[in-house]
Amino acid sequence: MNLTLKVWRQGGPNHKGKIETYPAEDIPEEASFLEMLDIVNERIITDGGEPIAFDHDCREGICGACSLTINGVPHGRESAITTCQLHMRKFRDGDTIWVEPFRARAFPVLRDLVVDRSAFDRIIEAGGYISARTGSAVDANATPVPKADADEAFEAAACIGCGACVAACKNASAMLFVSAKVKHLGNFPQGQPEAKRRVLAMVRQMDEEGFGNCTNQYECEAVCPKEITAEFIADLNRGYAKASLEETLG
Amino acid sequence: MPSAASSIVSFYRSSIGKKLVVAITGLGLVAFLFGHMAGNLKVYAGPDKINSYAAWLHSMPALLWAARLGLLACFFGHIVTTVLLVKQNRAARGEVGYAYNATVQASRASRTMIWSGIIILCFVIYHLMHYTMCIGNEYESASYIDAAGRHDVYKMLVDGFSWFPASAFYIVSMALLCWHLSHGFASCFQTLGLRGERSWPLIKAAGYGVAAVIFIGNCSIPISIMAGWVSY
Amino acid sequence: MSERVSDTPDARIPEGPIESKWSRHKRESKLINPTNRRKYEVIVVGSGLAGGSAAATLSELGYRVKCFCYQDSPRRAHSIAAQGGTNAAKNYQNDGDSVYRLFYDTVKGGDFRSREANVYRLAEVSANIIDQCVAQGVPFAREYGGLLDNRSFGGAQVKRTFYARGQTGQQLLLGAYQALQKEIAAGGVEMFPRTEMLDLVVVDGHAKGIVVRDMVSGEISSHAADCVILATGGYGNAFFLSTNAKGCNVMAAYRAHKRGAYFANPCYTQIHPTCIPVSGDYQSKLTLMSESLRNDGRIWVPKNKGDVGKPAAQIPEGDRDYYLERKYPSFGNLAPRDIASRSAKEACDDGRGVGPGGLGVYLDFADAIGRLGKDTISARYGNLFQMYEKITGEDPYTQPMRIYPAVHYTMGGLWVDYNLMSNVPGLHVLGEANFSDHGANRLGASALMQGLADGYFVIPATLPNYLADQKPGSVAADAPEFKAAEDEARERVAKLLGVGGTRSVDSFHRELGLLVWDKCGMARNDAGLKEALEKIPEIRESFWKEVRVPGSGEQLNQELEKAGRVADFIDFAELLCRDALHREESCGGHFREEYQFTEDDPEVSSGYTNEGEAKRRDDDYAYVAAWEHGAGGEPVLHKEWLEFEDVKLATRSYK
Repeated sequence: MNLTLKVWRQGGPNHKGKIETYPAEDIPEEASFLEMLDIVNERIITDGGEPIAFDHDCREGICGACSLTINGVPHGRESAITTCQLHMRKFRDGDTIWVEPFRARAFPVLRDLVVDRSAFDRIIEAGGYISARTGSAVDANATPVPKADADEAFEAAACIGCGACVAACKNASAMLFVSAKVKHLGNFPQGQPEAKRRVLAMVRQMDEEGFGNCTNQYECEAVCPKEITAEFIADLNRGYAKASLEETLG
Repeated sequence: MPSAASSIVSFYRSSIGKKLVVAITGLGLVAFLFGHMAGNLKVYAGPDKINSYAAWLHSMPALLWAARLGLLACFFGHIVTTVLLVKQNRAARGEVGYAYNATVQASRASRTMIWSGIIILCFVIYHLMHYTMCIGNEYESASYIDAAGRHDVYKMLVDGFSWFPASAFYIVSMALLCWHLSHGFASCFQTLGLRGERSWPLIKAAGYGVAAVIFIGNCSIPISIMAGWVSY
Repeated sequence: MSERVSDTPDARIPEGPIESKWSRHKRESKLINPTNRRKYEVIVVGSGLAGGSAAATLSELGYRVKCFCYQDSPRRAHSIAAQGGTNAAKNYQNDGDSVYRLFYDTVKGGDFRSREANVYRLAEVSANIIDQCVAQGVPFAREYGGLLDNRSFGGAQVKRTFYARGQTGQQLLLGAYQALQKEIAAGGVEMFPRTEMLDLVVVDGHAKGIVVRDMVSGEISSHAADCVILATGGYGNAFFLSTNAKGCNVMAAYRAHKRGAYFANPCYTQIHPTCIPVSGDYQSKLTLMSESLRNDGRIWVPKNKGDVGKPAAQIPEGDRDYYLERKYPSFGNLAPRDIASRSAKEACDDGRGVGPGGLGVYLDFADAIGRLGKDTISARYGNLFQMYEKITGEDPYTQPMRIYPAVHYTMGGLWVDYNLMSNVPGLHVLGEANFSDHGANRLGASALMQGLADGYFVIPATLPNYLADQKPGSVAADAPEFKAAEDEARERVAKLLGVGGTRSVDSFHRELGLLVWDKCGMARNDAGLKEALEKIPEIRESFWKEVRVPGSGEQLNQELEKAGRVADFIDFAELLCRDALHREESCGGHFREEYQFTEDDPEVSSGYTNEGEAKRRDDDYAYVAAWEHGAGGEPVLHKEWLEFEDVKLATRSYK
């Protein structure tokens, strides 16, 4: 199939970028979106140009590195997949495809389609963990956890930290990401001792990083490759309110 | 341990804190909308009922003012906080936007809350000037005292809505208000964390229901007046 | 075996019965008191299960840690992609499991080419891993009673695998990552993401630092420390197409090798039986389907070559060859990976492969869906089925999956002693990057176990054995050795950028990969390996003449990153083939066509094993082949003979 790409090119963090047009000819339908870019890059290189930089690694939808906004939608229109799992058979011959980086003030562009998502790491640093010093754990079956709670924690823990939620949000909010981690850890008895501190610290860090706030439009859950539900955001709100109240009164 | 005061400040400074303020004040305003509409609907019971209801309200000035101040607090709390949030959100998007914009599931109402809100604000100012402060009309004059010596709210309503532009603006504003509510009502519950997997469809349906009831209830009055079904 | 003299450095295997070696070793190991620990600086390269858990745990203990990874976040290390699970000798199922049995299964699964003492320790600490991970909030699968669930895995007859749906690696890695982030916040770990190690710095024979390149700014700099830990994963991408992440590379390990570290058993590469087959030459990587699918899926090919083009549904039951069930009745579809892979290759070589190019076999869930219902199958494998459907456009609920083996894991790695220290003092190697625990073949759900065992439990206990003898901070990054290594790294970058050819880096990588897969893949032979060893230098020569690396070194330059890695893969591939050529036996992941059972062997006529199975030659090859980078680049072989005291050397049989 033959396509036209409109790709964001930007030389470096402080450069001005712009959209450039590239033909993508003779693309096999079975190729993945990233393989299509590989083919385009291969041609750019042999033609003497500089290839399009984009983040990618596992190419099986789990590492969370790939991060393109395709025709305005992070990871493309198909639901529940990452860009690396998007296959060209989902496009039509002759299509023009817009490829842009994940955009948000908290995700500055490093080059072309590569953005800096270290803000997510700093949010986890603020409290996205259970302090369990190695060697101090009790037997794994000492505390039974209801299956429903464990399953729900898993649904939240499935987050791959790709940042699509932020990129899709009209407000560049990181609430889905934060809520998923708060939910994951808070759903276990082991996560309880730090629950209050965790939610306050993570939300504070989220705000400091310059993310927006949630206006309940749910674009995040629509583009989430792991189908994380915005219900967790509701739980985060409640947890935050409760923790704030306890902090104020306590 | 931070002091209570600093906790409150940091709560309001946080994005979620502000969201909670918007949600709580929003629900307060919805409650007012219902009360206001219930009072207005007494117009169908005739002049005596609605005028005596208004007189009854005014017979308790302390309570009335307390309610008015509460309402005012909700109103300004809602608006000021929202404006702060919108500012934060615009900044968070960054300087360079998408060249190709797309929306997957965000409703149009949810994306235009600030605009529907601003128009509603304009309407509220007009509405207060029109009926509460009676600016540019004679609703406070002697001709609007009924036989029992009460303020003739009934006559005021009929006269007010008999002027087509006023009714039209009212109906358009109500439409926008309900547009606002169709997203806002359920949104309050989301923000307050009061939703479950099973309750969520009900809450969303309730949001549309509330919007519809308020629209139909309120708009029925100018329509009835203009149609001549309510007159004196 | 007295005539067998190992000429590797001492493996430092503790004395005494195997059950007490580890506790004895810990008892006799050196300690560093808590106030002194913060004087020591430790470099950890890699932030996957092994590196992440090591960095976090060492920081908890009080060491100052610098951790480096090439990914933009430590959370993206390739451990994340492991699907199936992690083994532990908990015996929660009461089905007769024990530390010994896990140890035995691992040694047997590894085709008797691993070091007993290391494997026993691995089995021993496996139980602690589960405790640790649950304490961190890893959402393992649970039963309705709230207790942990287990599943069975290839090569084992007990249920000892702990899992979190098909995302066990992800969940374990997030546990380690979160522990790491906690330590970063606490100031114990300084994290360097998007940073690639270009060289190891050896000062007075000791590993004292590394040279790195900041992948965003391009800046090349040095970091000195009291010791260096490499946890940089495997070298599967030498084959270009593998299930490894695109960024996985051998650079750190190979650079260390060039600086003196022995590379052990590079020819032991694992070919995973259940991957999605290749569909075209644009393909950039292969996708693994969890081995857990073999619990319920039945593997088959048509009995008749004439049927391969027909839709699966049109091939009657009687015309299907469920070859694993036929050849290995007691393990059936759960036969170990090397056996399952090779059987698939045999079927395809026999002209009975299905799908494009005849390179595929069916993995069929029709029976399981009929027996358990679609809902149960969906609950078990829903996400895997979905992934398969996304990639192939075929629905595995209605037609059998097509699978084919792909390079997945590499058992070989840098040689380490019982302390996980290489022959270069101070250089420690963890996880897939070392060679130590899996012998010639790794059992399913053992990679995660090893990475975490090394990082959480082994290295924290063994590192003081080295550090205690070192004066903290004795070497600084301004030592001449650093300057020299930095200069070399800069020269290499300049050289890569300056070739000025016309071919892309990927085109060389593909060429190399195809060659290595063809000649040193699932089956190897003398002639093929010699041919590969002739061709690899040709590829190297044209690489350094014709490659085009655009852009500059002072920017984010992905082609430059790839070029450095591919240059090392080319050199490394030679060592890989050299090792495969020298090992004139078949064992585990190393199958030499010349060494297989035939009908003349008594093991076959007695029915103990089948024709075509791997034939080991224990008398001549029961050693670890540790290669030294000799003068002029010529590899020098060192042998560490393996002693089997607690497991009887036997021909593997999974019948």
